[in-house]
Amino acid sequence: MKIGVLVNEGPYTHEASDSAYNFTKAALEKGHEIYRVFFYHDGVNNATRLTEPPRDDRNIVNRWSELGKQHNLDLVVCIAAAQRRGVMDENEAKRQGKDAHNLAEGFRISGLGQLVEAGIQSDRLVTFGD
Amino acid sequence: MSDEMDMQEGGVVKQFMFVNRKAPYGTIYALEGLEVVLISAAFEQDVSMAFIDDGVYELKKGQDTKALGQKNFSPTYRALEGYDIEKLYVEKESMAVRGLTVEDFAVDVTVLDHAEMAAKMAEQDVLISF
Repeated sequence: MKIGVLVNEGPYTHEASDSAYNFTKAALEKGHEIYRVFFYHDGVNNATRLTEPPRDDRNIVNRWSELGKQHNLDLVVCIAAAQRRGVMDENEAKRQGKDAHNLAEGFRISGLGQLVEAGIQSDRLVTFGD
Repeated sequence: MSDEMDMQEGGVVKQFMFVNRKAPYGTIYALEGLEVVLISAAFEQDVSMAFIDDGVYELKKGQDTKALGQKNFSPTYRALEGYDIEKLYVEKESMAVRGLTVEDFAVDVTVLDHAEMAAKMAEQDVLISF
């Protein structure tokens, strides 16, 4: 089955991102295709490489990056939601005249159309978050 | 899932329902949800919106956000018609427990009871909930 995943909450505060990660990993292990993982609302905070959790805790951001790399996942961060919350890639930082960028490896920033498209193209769109 | 999916211009037309569950200004879900709804109009899908729980407050007329320091985005609901998004379903029980009638809303809506709303949701291909 072709599955789209929507992550609506940031890391750590809610379990949503952990659940989305565990679901995505399990689906891949079962042989399903993950069409795209889309990060919206505070979910965009899963894509900042500046997170530094305590050593005995999981690193949610790196975990997504690694899973993405391993399975060539399309990890898409909503641009409008990311701009509001200070998540940007190098190009966007330049365009906005910011002195830093923080998008983690394996993620890309794009528009909301990518979420609607994931709904159209996937057999199921699975939402994680409140 | 609907049994048949219409084909239009070579693309798939799915039934998308955006489910609004939150009051308009306490969290960002209503505003960012509306942004997805507007984008979805460009994809020529069969789009509807459902308003349940505190989400029914999103449609209340006479919203004044000056004291909150937030943008009043309620006029956008009146503009949805221009995007061919005309199917707005409001749950009867959610209105009743909040003392709201259709007279309180800024737009024309279809009122469905709990069971009818559930049936409407069951017809959808994609449900995105905010």
